[in-house]
Amino acid sequence: MSNADIIMRIEGIDKYFGGLHAVDSVTFTVKKGVIKSVIGPNGAGKTTMFNMIAGFETPCNGQVFFNDILITGKKPWQVAEQGVLRTFQNLKLSNHMSVMDNVLLGWHSLGSAGFLDGMFSSPASRREEKNAKDTVLPILEWLNIIDLKDSEVGNLSFGNQRAVELARALASDPSMLLLDEPAAGLNMHETADLAKRIEKIRDQGRTILLVEHDMSLVMDISDEIVVLNFGQKIAEGIPSDIQKNKEVIRIYLGGDGA
Amino acid sequence: MKRFYPVYILFITIVLIQVLTLITGKGYMLTQLTMSAYYVLVAVGLCMVMGYAGQISLGQAGFFAIGGYTTAFLTTIDFTEKAGTGLFKLLDSMGLLITKDTLYGDTVIHLSPWISLIAAVLIAGITAYALGIPVLKLKGHYLAMATMGFGIIIYRIVLGSAIFGQADGIFNVPAFTIFPGLELSGDFTSRISNYYIAWILVIIAILLMVNLINSRVGRALRSLHGGEDASDAMGVDTTRYKVIIFVIGAIMAAVAGFFLTHYNGGIGPSEAGVGKSVRYLAIVAVGGMANIWGSLVMGLVLNFLSLRGVFGHFDDAVFGIILVMMMMFMPEGFIRISVLRDIRSLFIKLFSRKKMKETIQEPPHE
Amino acid sequence: MSAEQVLQYIFAGITVGSIYAFVAIGYNIIYNTTGIINFAQGEFVMLGGMISFTFSRFMPLFPAIIIAVLITAAIGGLIEIVFIRRMRKNSVLGMIVVTIGISILLREAALYIWDEQIRALSFFTGTEISSVSVFGARISPQVLWVLGVTLVIVGGLFFFFKFTLTGQAMRACSENSRAAKLCGIKTDSMVNFSFMLSAGIGALGGCVVSPLTQTHYAMGTDLAIKGFIVAILGGLGNPIAAVAAGLILGLLESFSISILPMAYKDVISIIILLIILVAKPSGLFGSKQVSSLKDF
Repeated sequence: MSNADIIMRIEGIDKYFGGLHAVDSVTFTVKKGVIKSVIGPNGAGKTTMFNMIAGFETPCNGQVFFNDILITGKKPWQVAEQGVLRTFQNLKLSNHMSVMDNVLLGWHSLGSAGFLDGMFSSPASRREEKNAKDTVLPILEWLNIIDLKDSEVGNLSFGNQRAVELARALASDPSMLLLDEPAAGLNMHETADLAKRIEKIRDQGRTILLVEHDMSLVMDISDEIVVLNFGQKIAEGIPSDIQKNKEVIRIYLGGDGA
Repeated sequence: MKRFYPVYILFITIVLIQVLTLITGKGYMLTQLTMSAYYVLVAVGLCMVMGYAGQISLGQAGFFAIGGYTTAFLTTIDFTEKAGTGLFKLLDSMGLLITKDTLYGDTVIHLSPWISLIAAVLIAGITAYALGIPVLKLKGHYLAMATMGFGIIIYRIVLGSAIFGQADGIFNVPAFTIFPGLELSGDFTSRISNYYIAWILVIIAILLMVNLINSRVGRALRSLHGGEDASDAMGVDTTRYKVIIFVIGAIMAAVAGFFLTHYNGGIGPSEAGVGKSVRYLAIVAVGGMANIWGSLVMGLVLNFLSLRGVFGHFDDAVFGIILVMMMMFMPEGFIRISVLRDIRSLFIKLFSRKKMKETIQEPPHE
Repeated sequence: MSAEQVLQYIFAGITVGSIYAFVAIGYNIIYNTTGIINFAQGEFVMLGGMISFTFSRFMPLFPAIIIAVLITAAIGGLIEIVFIRRMRKNSVLGMIVVTIGISILLREAALYIWDEQIRALSFFTGTEISSVSVFGARISPQVLWVLGVTLVIVGGLFFFFKFTLTGQAMRACSENSRAAKLCGIKTDSMVNFSFMLSAGIGALGGCVVSPLTQTHYAMGTDLAIKGFIVAILGGLGNPIAAVAAGLILGLLESFSISILPMAYKDVISIIILLIILVAKPSGLFGSKQVSSLKDF
């Protein structure tokens, strides 16, 4: 495997919370243009790992490289500027802002207009703003939320809010997306739509790291899977191998005797 | 552009009010209207910091006082002894020194208010920057107390320092000649021109801020209000944005302090008090927090009434009642667009049962 | 500085520090049940002093103090029922604004009732010139009263939170109000009680120190920030540590007066606040994890 294929390297990251070893020297790599899922029972350390990759928490040990650039220790906004965008399990949207403004916020790292540009409404900043709107409109259209673009996000249904969050992440033209339980709270129909969309996003050449509880979704769309349990990596491979892995089956069926 | 319509309306209103005071012979009211304009400027700055960016500040009066006291101090102190130094010769050649004869025939040399204006902006900006970097890491109660603490420090310093006149403040602050023929002063003859100076300053500030709110930076600032994680994850350098908007709010307060001090011919420690900061907070709250126009309207109305002495002994109590009532019954503020929406939906309810059903329907699904 | 002077400063510091501690204890009690910092806490101290002063003209001192404490506690409870309860779902910003508003209203009401005059309750034992000798320093017996009452309150609170059912229920509320509700604890009445308790304690503090520091309608704002400094210094949510922190701040201020002009006394304590807020927001005695759990 040549280095050029690998977009993200996670090297022995550790996280302690008090006495709890939430993530225990986990190492894996993510290849460019694939959907890689992280699964594991509740409390396995999936979200903590996500937070460490996205810069919301600093690992006690270990490093994360994105395109061979060290991103550990960087702030979330700096990680985002590198092109690694995340969504949140429990939706973090600006509820008092319109759908359009939320999605344009996602575009933020592509823009450059500063305070003075804003205050004096400089021609460059107006041009930039117009370009931004042109960029995000197709995304809104693709996610079927174009009709809602002027509605306040707080008033939308949960499914639509999820769509806004995805649109916001896509607006920054990310090379890698970190999706934290994107199917949580969606019905079957919506989940099926989501699966198609995630595959479509991958086909555009973006890499996706997915944390998800919905096993059928994960097995359907993942190219590779990492399994965590009590903070440790216990298996890694393609879905069909993971489904046969005895250790994984034991964890998911529960109990030692199984 | 459409978003500037309110600015045109504001300008027309300002002219109309002036004409109205002229016709009705109530020109004396222009004095309070002018003073209100400067307080509005502080409120608009706080509105950006607290309303839009969600960062509470109980220290705005401190920044106002920095602006006012800086100019009061620099333009009243006599620099005759230092007149020979190179710096002062340079200033003199640039026309930035003002030489005056006193009643006793001595000559005194003061700095031009242009210098003190720059100094006021710089000192307020640097103070806000130095304070903002550590303090804006805090949230909620902590931030409120820390900024209030800053306000109290400024208040204690001006109250306790002889060079700032202690309880008396600094008086005899000279007029500020913006250019020959246009003077910033409380002089009776220049009442109308000063009214326009003040309100044009407000219009400029509002224009800049409306632009800012509708820009890339403005969007990022507004997103801070709901919680910083989302802004952070989208690539917004939250710390930097919070500090810069805090500095902008502080500079607006300091500029207001500068102008009002020249207009009143002096400044006293009460301008630095926590009570004043709370007033600005009340104005922004009653104006609907993230609503620059609300802050403008309520700032004008409340300050004007207060300065006219309408509230009498209950001046402070009125602001207390406003704070409590607003937060309890109208947390969205008094001046808001949805008031119109509420009225409209009331009409719909009254006249058409069918239409009401339509409005209840969920937004179209995927 | 002679040894006696040092002792004088120490006792002055302890007196001032105790009143800060009273305010900080009040903050902590309300904070523990609701997560609110009540900006009107300083006003309770003022009300205690003022009300007891008024009643002491018609009756002996101690009944007047008891009445003042009860009335202030009732006012505290009323504030919770009328204002805070309706606000429960509102934002932190909204809570700050409302409690600031309430503090203004209490202050203005006091101005209306008691005007601008400075009042002082008479000394509990002896007069202003009577003194006792402690380690060679002549101090007013009132200082001993302040110390005694502070100790009794701290001891009482410790016992209350540790051993009584109500106290334990209040602690449960603070740790997880929903779980507490599910267990059948009436969280509403707990919150109400916490307002009454902290108002009452504030008022009692206001009475004990009134002979020494006097009572003025506008004293609340300064006390609010000083009390907050102490609450932060001790670690928010920890009433007992607040007393230690109060004494530290009181002593610091007391000795700062001997070096710096009086006017800068507040500047020093607020700078301490800013430093602590930024460097160690969990306080001198608090643990970092506890403070990070609370949503600020």
